[in-house]
Amino acid sequence: MIVRILGEGQLTVPESAVAELNELDAELEGAVEREDEAAFGTALAALLAKLREVGEPAEPGTLEPSGLIVPQEDATMAEVRQLLTDEGLIPG
Amino acid sequence: MGVMKRVQLVFRAKANKALDRMEDPRETLDYSYQQQLELLQKVRRGVADVATSRKRLELQVNQLQQSADKLTRQAQDSLAAGREDLAREALQRKAGIATQLNDLQVQYVSLQGEEEKLTGAAQRLQAKVDAFRTKKETIKATYTAAEAQTRISEAFTGISEEMGDVGMAIQRAEDKTEQMKARAGAIDELMASGALDDVVGGPRDDIQAELDRMGASTGVDHELEQMKAALSSGAPREIEGAQAGASSAEAAPAQVVDGPQDPE
Repeated sequence: MIVRILGEGQLTVPESAVAELNELDAELEGAVEREDEAAFGTALAALLAKLREVGEPAEPGTLEPSGLIVPQEDATMAEVRQLLTDEGLIPG
Repeated sequence: MGVMKRVQLVFRAKANKALDRMEDPRETLDYSYQQQLELLQKVRRGVADVATSRKRLELQVNQLQQSADKLTRQAQDSLAAGREDLAREALQRKAGIATQLNDLQVQYVSLQGEEEKLTGAAQRLQAKVDAFRTKKETIKATYTAAEAQTRISEAFTGISEEMGDVGMAIQRAEDKTEQMKARAGAIDELMASGALDDVVGGPRDDIQAELDRMGASTGVDHELEQMKAALSSGAPREIEGAQAGASSAEAAPAQVVDGPQDPE
């Protein structure tokens, strides 16, 4: 599966790792719902670390859309919430 | 549904909306390609803008560093001349500059990071735009409008996702560069007016100012003591070195100045 890290590009991630990524993602989502900024930062860092561990950079010239998209490393909770609820953040 | 899937769906929805607006997709391919080239230009301009801001910041850091060095020399000279009051004044000004300097250095590192990110974004977008161009020509040559519709969908969604991502990266970089430009402009004005000496980081309330003064004067007292000690040990120019490591001061008691007649 192809996963994009915003601002960094796409990674190819083996299907076997997706379940674990989803668990980390659930923690991230919980933090956003509880508005827990500290837990959000920790969860995002853990998710990104796992992704980089299991993923390989995708072919630069691939036009394949991503199956999952992860916010960038330094994203704030406010930015992520805006990304989820509003298309305003994505230009074009 | 997790965050990753939800973000992906937002990007996908954006691409689908653009795709739906197309009539003959083969014609729209050229239009999209045009937009991609424009975005590529925009990222490159973004990289150049950030680099310009970074260089300007670098220049300011150097200027401030020179001012700080000069004030240190002046303090040493004043002390050697027996003017502790002047030495204190010089060190106080230096403390103010040091605050600005630390701040600028932090911002410099942040701009460097932004420049790297945008450079990477430009390279990734370039690779996708090249791939899109190849695919576009194949599709135009081979398929009827109806067939092309499905062929195009994937390529278009893929490139649209990249464009959305790069667009956000440019936006973030622009915001940061704007803040930095405003900041750099303010410091340039301060330098030009000579007021920087008296400004220890913008407007503050009286109590904070007093607290800063107390903190700063402790440092100033400390540095004055060090200079006095160095002066009496006969190595007035070795203070910075003596702070970093006592051994180097010992190894090179380069110039023994015997007092106030030292020129400058």
